[in-house]
Amino acid sequence: MMSVAMLRGLWRYRGFVLGSVQREFQSKYRNTMLGAAWTVLSPLAMILVYTLIFSQVMKSRLPGDTSEYGYSIYLCAGILTWGLFAEITSRAQNMFLEQSNLLKKISFPRICLPVIVVLNALLNFGIIFGLFTVFLLVSGQFPGAVFVLLLPVLLLQVLLAIGLGMVLGVLNVFFRDVGQFYQIFIQFWFWLTPIVYPASILPAPVRGMLDWNPMAAVIQSYQAILVSGQAPHWQHLLPAALLALLLCALGMHLFRRRAGEMVDEL
Amino acid sequence: MGKISVRQLGKAYKLYPTRGARLREWLLPFRGPQHRLKWILQDISFEVAPGEAVGLIGINGAGKSTLLKLISGTSQPSTGSVYMEGKVAALLELGMGFHPDFTGRQNVYMAGQLIGLSVDEITALMPDIEAFAEIGDYLDQPVRVYSSGMQMRVAFAVATARRPDILIVDEALSVGDTYFQHKSFERIRQYRRLGTTLLLVSHDKQAIQSVCDRAILLDGGRLARQGKPEEIMDYYNAMIAERENSTLRLSQRDDGKLQVTSGTGEATVAHIALRNAAGDAVEVVDVGEAVTLEVTVAVHAPIPRMVLGYMIKDRLGQPMYGTNTHLKELPLADLQAGQQVTYRFGFAMNLGAGSYSIATAIVSTATHLVNNYEWRDLALVFTVVNMRRPHFEGSAWLDPHIEINRS
Repeated sequence: MMSVAMLRGLWRYRGFVLGSVQREFQSKYRNTMLGAAWTVLSPLAMILVYTLIFSQVMKSRLPGDTSEYGYSIYLCAGILTWGLFAEITSRAQNMFLEQSNLLKKISFPRICLPVIVVLNALLNFGIIFGLFTVFLLVSGQFPGAVFVLLLPVLLLQVLLAIGLGMVLGVLNVFFRDVGQFYQIFIQFWFWLTPIVYPASILPAPVRGMLDWNPMAAVIQSYQAILVSGQAPHWQHLLPAALLALLLCALGMHLFRRRAGEMVDEL
Repeated sequence: MGKISVRQLGKAYKLYPTRGARLREWLLPFRGPQHRLKWILQDISFEVAPGEAVGLIGINGAGKSTLLKLISGTSQPSTGSVYMEGKVAALLELGMGFHPDFTGRQNVYMAGQLIGLSVDEITALMPDIEAFAEIGDYLDQPVRVYSSGMQMRVAFAVATARRPDILIVDEALSVGDTYFQHKSFERIRQYRRLGTTLLLVSHDKQAIQSVCDRAILLDGGRLARQGKPEEIMDYYNAMIAERENSTLRLSQRDDGKLQVTSGTGEATVAHIALRNAAGDAVEVVDVGEAVTLEVTVAVHAPIPRMVLGYMIKDRLGQPMYGTNTHLKELPLADLQAGQQVTYRFGFAMNLGAGSYSIATAIVSTATHLVNNYEWRDLALVFTVVNMRRPHFEGSAWLDPHIEINRS
């Protein structure tokens, strides 16, 4: 999928890639006093709001779960990982437009851009998820060895996200409607995925429709690992994995075929 | 190392009549292309040998910047190919990718990485960059407090920190103060002496003529002409005048140089000569010798107002001195067809040793842009030799009276 020349270019520009990630991270908080704390504060606020509204006000509890933290952990498992997915896709769909000046004036391996997007998102995710892990350990809710199974699921999710992001990113250069559409689409997608609510509260016919949502299986895998300490049902992830490969292939194909035309369009 | 080879290069932009047309083309490829092509560049072929300096000229929209983008690889050609050997540095737009909230030093690292340098290499080059940019303590201040000139100094210092095999420059040098312009130009000259191949786009005649071995003229997206910088520059100037509906002729002089003549032709130079004190036509003149430039103009059609101008240029086409009868307040009025006018300009040849040429212009006002009856480059070529004076340097004869007090 990725040619040797692409990988070599990427390796030669590794300094630029890492530097960009570092700079983007720094620039976000450069003129703030709390600095990187903001990376944590905004998802924390969101989790707090959802926990209060859904678990306290609406008295919804996870079926068959009695623990005090059960719902919060369930929520975090979904929201934090969904955040990673949303960040990669939304950043990737704008990456070529945002960097249009650079693309037009300087010759560098364009494949650096999606890599920077992924690394940046992973960095932000690493911070918040690291804190979440600390919370699990401290509160005695750590699921144990099954925790490492998060890694293959994460890998799958990142592939799915960047594949989709590349396709959207290239299309968005030529058809700006794509970006606007995706912003709306992803909001529906969020609520059509069992993140805030458990899938079991859905009526049976609607629940069957979740099979068509590749992110549902991914998010449910995280919830299985983190809430119930169970290994995910790998066969449920198969469609998502196939879709991820398909999107990555399509993304690379579009990217390679349209990279030249893209610069003319920016 | 340092070779550029451009073959049959062409660039076309796709123009779609509506936004939906592109979508239709992508989704229904069997229905054929929905766009039409707008060609910006067509059929460009040239070679630049290692160590050669080539200037690219042309009016706005001739395709110069597009050509540089294709060569530097930011844009992809529609036809043909570009082949280059060695490390390339392109100064297409300086200060690209500078982040206002970071310090100059941090931005130096960023810009350096963007052109493929590693952190260690940049750290090693940092003292040079600091010394070259000469912005002092500002280097550790955020770039947002910089003036545009300071940003440009840092950007240029990074972009040229290491000598490339090929340097591509797009009019970037016209920014910044005169001091820095000179300094950056000197660096380009120095790299050139060390063997860097140079491709330069400029409207600055002086820059092209003083640095380049060869010039390429682009016109309407095609390679109109290439050759010696002064020839191409003359042709280019004449071409600008030609847009005023006059004709442009090229003829080969006896000495092999190309002579460019343009104009509407109501009046032409019938005869031109440089005469010494004895009245003999000469081609070799001593430094400081009194001479008379004699120009006979033949009038072919009625002209309300006529001005004759001349310009003495050196070997590289740099102007030494020029004036005209408008500036001297001696214009002629109401000339009739068939008349002949002889002008005699007497002056002392206070030029240094070297080869010079004289261009003439017959116009109606101070410039050749209103009415250009005839513009003739290389109307006369002569040589100045130093026969009687002690040796001196330079192209002007500014002999000093020297007084020395020793105590």
